[in-house]
Amino acid sequence: MNSGPTGSTDCAQWTTKLDLYLDGELSDQQMLAFDAHVRSCTSCAADSLSRVQMKRSVKAAGKRFTPSEEFRRRVQRQSGAKPGLPWGFGLRWGMAGALAGLFLAGVLSLGYFSNHRTIEEATVAGTTYNEIADLHVATLASASPVDVVSTDRHTVKPWFQGRIPFAFNLPELQNSEFALLGGRVTYLQQAPGAHLIYELRKHKISVLIFQARPEDSPLPGSASTRPSSFSTEAWTQNGLRYFVIGDAAPEDIRKLAEMFKTAAKT
Amino acid sequence: MYVREVLPQSGSFEDLAMPLFDQLYNFAHWLSRDREEAEDLVQETYAKALRGFSSFEPGTNFRAWMYRILRNTFLTSRSGLKATTQTVALEEEDGPELAITSETPETIFLERANQQLVQEAISDLPVHFREILLLCEVEEMSYQEIAETLVIPQGTVMSRLSRARAALRELLKARLQGGQR
Repeated sequence: MNSGPTGSTDCAQWTTKLDLYLDGELSDQQMLAFDAHVRSCTSCAADSLSRVQMKRSVKAAGKRFTPSEEFRRRVQRQSGAKPGLPWGFGLRWGMAGALAGLFLAGVLSLGYFSNHRTIEEATVAGTTYNEIADLHVATLASASPVDVVSTDRHTVKPWFQGRIPFAFNLPELQNSEFALLGGRVTYLQQAPGAHLIYELRKHKISVLIFQARPEDSPLPGSASTRPSSFSTEAWTQNGLRYFVIGDAAPEDIRKLAEMFKTAAKT
Repeated sequence: MYVREVLPQSGSFEDLAMPLFDQLYNFAHWLSRDREEAEDLVQETYAKALRGFSSFEPGTNFRAWMYRILRNTFLTSRSGLKATTQTVALEEEDGPELAITSETPETIFLERANQQLVQEAISDLPVHFREILLLCEVEEMSYQEIAETLVIPQGTVMSRLSRARAALRELLKARLQGGQR
């Protein structure tokens, strides 16, 4: 960079802050000092001009895509709906998935959990369960439900390294009827987690694992639904929250949950 | 300190969320580079936000909250996972320090770079550069707001933004030089 009247050393010091200056991230005092320097330094003035021009170009070019009026109306109608209604499936996820999700969310949030749960507990956990149900149904409705395809837990577990901020143990499946199909990264309430898919006699079962946080709503423990619908198990262990959900029999869901509980102890 | 847009922080979900609709759609389209996928992302974002609205803390940044939901939704989509997998090496270059750029002014080449060229260059940027550039320049978010949206420290915002701008300049230069041949 060419030096201005204030000298090259001085300019280098200003240049490091040039983006902060143009992005409005300096204090008022620093902004005034910068203004004064730019007025007296042709080099920094030219550099500023170039960067401002770049910012303007990106701003103009970046305002590129406009939603259709039909799409806006659709989202607006849905945004006016009462919170808790599960309308958020993707457009291409198909009616089957959407209807299944609607049914599931309805069943779960209306209190078909364990008889031991109070209505208040069901309401508190309802949002979480709606989201868990969404994740399960949406994943199964997807053309490619898993991103790491493997029946080997020694392949699936390392795949999550660097993708989620915690580690977990997977159970040994030898001598059991469960088969691991694979996994993917997922999000629950803006927190990343692991979503594993298991198969049991053609039934697909999701196991979702997240870090436990102080603000999490309490889990109901066992939360099996009616035999004809989905069953769930949820618990917290070693700082992790586990959810097992599927349309297999409640005792099978419980069995898989127990295997995870045992694996977590090792 | 330069004062940026201050958004209302109370009201119904619809009152707070719908004014962000156009911006969120634009951002979603830039991330996914596909109209249908952008619509899916936005629709899912509004669904998740509506469901979780009771947990939103009034007084905190609603816009950053919505963008964070949209971005997380994108990251778990197929194209999002693909994009982030491809840019892992670049991500590792992020550091807390601000990168120093001491290049000569490029006023002339920017004058010649038309809007389409800039759009193509933005589109070619790795997703973590594309998103931070758009949040800063198009959405005019403060570094603090960007840090909240991307869940990264402010120091990383500064260094990543600096690298994103440098990468964009290089792409534009290459395109202009290519066009001269």
